[in-house]
Amino acid sequence: MRQKSWYLTIGAVLTACMLAFTALGLFWTPYSPTAVSAADRDAPPCAAHLFGCDSLGRDVFSRTLEGAGSTLAIALAVLALGAVCGLAVGALCGYYGGPADALVMRLCDAVAAFPSVLLALVVLALTGPGKYNVIGALGVLFIPSFARLVRGEFLQYRDRDFVRSARLMGVGDLRIIFVHILPNTWPTLLSGLTIGFNNAVLAEASMSYLGIGVSPTEPSLGYMLKDAQGSLFTLPWCTAFPAAVVILLILGVSLVGEGVRERMGVAS
Amino acid sequence: MGKAVLKRLALLLGTLLLVSALAFAAFSVIPGDPTGAVLGMEATDEQIAAFRARQGLDLPVWQRYLSWLSAFLAGDFGQSYKYDMTVAQLIAPKVGATLTLAAIAFALILLISLPLGLTAARRPGGLVDRAVTVLTQLTMSVPNFVMGIALMYLFALVLRWFQPEYIPPEQGLWPHLRFMAFPALAVALPKSAMTVKLLRGSILGELGQDYIRTAYSKGNSRGSALRRHVLRNAMIPVVTFLAMAIGDIMAGSIVVEQVFGVPGLGRVLISSINNRDYPVVQAIVVLLAGAVVGCNFLADLLYRVMDPRIDGR
Repeated sequence: MRQKSWYLTIGAVLTACMLAFTALGLFWTPYSPTAVSAADRDAPPCAAHLFGCDSLGRDVFSRTLEGAGSTLAIALAVLALGAVCGLAVGALCGYYGGPADALVMRLCDAVAAFPSVLLALVVLALTGPGKYNVIGALGVLFIPSFARLVRGEFLQYRDRDFVRSARLMGVGDLRIIFVHILPNTWPTLLSGLTIGFNNAVLAEASMSYLGIGVSPTEPSLGYMLKDAQGSLFTLPWCTAFPAAVVILLILGVSLVGEGVRERMGVAS
Repeated sequence: MGKAVLKRLALLLGTLLLVSALAFAAFSVIPGDPTGAVLGMEATDEQIAAFRARQGLDLPVWQRYLSWLSAFLAGDFGQSYKYDMTVAQLIAPKVGATLTLAAIAFALILLISLPLGLTAARRPGGLVDRAVTVLTQLTMSVPNFVMGIALMYLFALVLRWFQPEYIPPEQGLWPHLRFMAFPALAVALPKSAMTVKLLRGSILGELGQDYIRTAYSKGNSRGSALRRHVLRNAMIPVVTFLAMAIGDIMAGSIVVEQVFGVPGLGRVLISSINNRDYPVVQAIVVLLAGAVVGCNFLADLLYRVMDPRIDGR
């Protein structure tokens, strides 16, 4: 079917554009994101300020670039933490099974029954705001969903013939887990990663929007949206551009995930 | 059926106990002693001792947990650190707004997604289907608070359908509900998109089954086969999804409340987190967790009614 190829293509192009956009922000911004310029206060989008200026005269383009970088970095860190730990927990639970598996899965269910944004807010209530606390809180809360995903895959494979024959040939458990089973779980894992990435972006932006995320001095798209809301009706560009970046980031990655699921035949 | 339900009930109670223990542990271990936060730096030793005795802080942990749990079950959520009120007094007037918001959002999800999913599945690959697919893919990518801001801009500024100012139910039920429909829509739209996608896929999966061919051969039109035969089976995964989504809808309501300035649980939660008013945060978390786990249990029951085959497990 022709439609199948479109998701992945559009998603990949969009994601590449967004990554290029954020990468640009790491090295260069047209103005300093915190520089206040009285003359440019409330300036609408124009050649000098592509995305306009906010009520303090800060360049929205520069701030969006920097905020996107920070949001992306946090999301990737959360994903790395959640996926690596979730992979380890899920692989061990799925491969070995037993009472430990049942206990860990109960715990995962208890954590996963609850929306991660709220739990992360509560964790931050205890630890205080800040980039690393957000990463830690969300990362830990993302473990159960990955663990469950990976466990399900391992359950499917652990008694297959190729695993049995490997075991018969005296291959160690760790080698079976990583070399024999893990490669088979790639499509599911990749699709899970795209969903996890989007949830991480969403969670970070929501938390910062609520004012309980990264600390207010750190750049963040969520904070920009919160700040801009007071002047939504007079300075809509302060809201529109950061919002568009969040949406396009999520859209691109979710299309990639959709494409992966379609091509590799993973149930969504 | 009875045995399976009892088993689920035991599981429900176990999960609730686990959640409450986690919440208790988190709030009594991590922040340390609330004494300093409440009494301030200049408190005398006698004041501190009196406070600790009154709060039961000198008892062992498990005793504190049990007394906290039994008080909680009796509706006594403790005393706010920040305000001279009990937590129950602080939360009670706010619960209504959040529940209203979540309930309207849930109703909207059903209202939006069922007709759209059915229409899209009626002619897969057709114009309507493709339009719906693109729309759902786009809508799914919009975080609910961004959706809220967009709706606010569109309906309050451009179309002027509502004033961006909260209308309490005392000023009339209808204006209140009308106002609440907009934040509820912001919560509902992204979730509706996911539901439409799921429902469409699930219907298309069922349409290929033998029993549908039989239904056609007995003279059903595509529409009546859909309504009378497919929908019931296709709804099963959707019901599971919606049950799992209840937690997200609650969380979404709490976030979107901030966009529209609705004085609900979200506002109390945020200000309590900022004030480090832990008893309030703890009570809200445990209540929400209870609501979420309870809804999942109800969905599980519904699921069994819809699909009797599940009974054996």
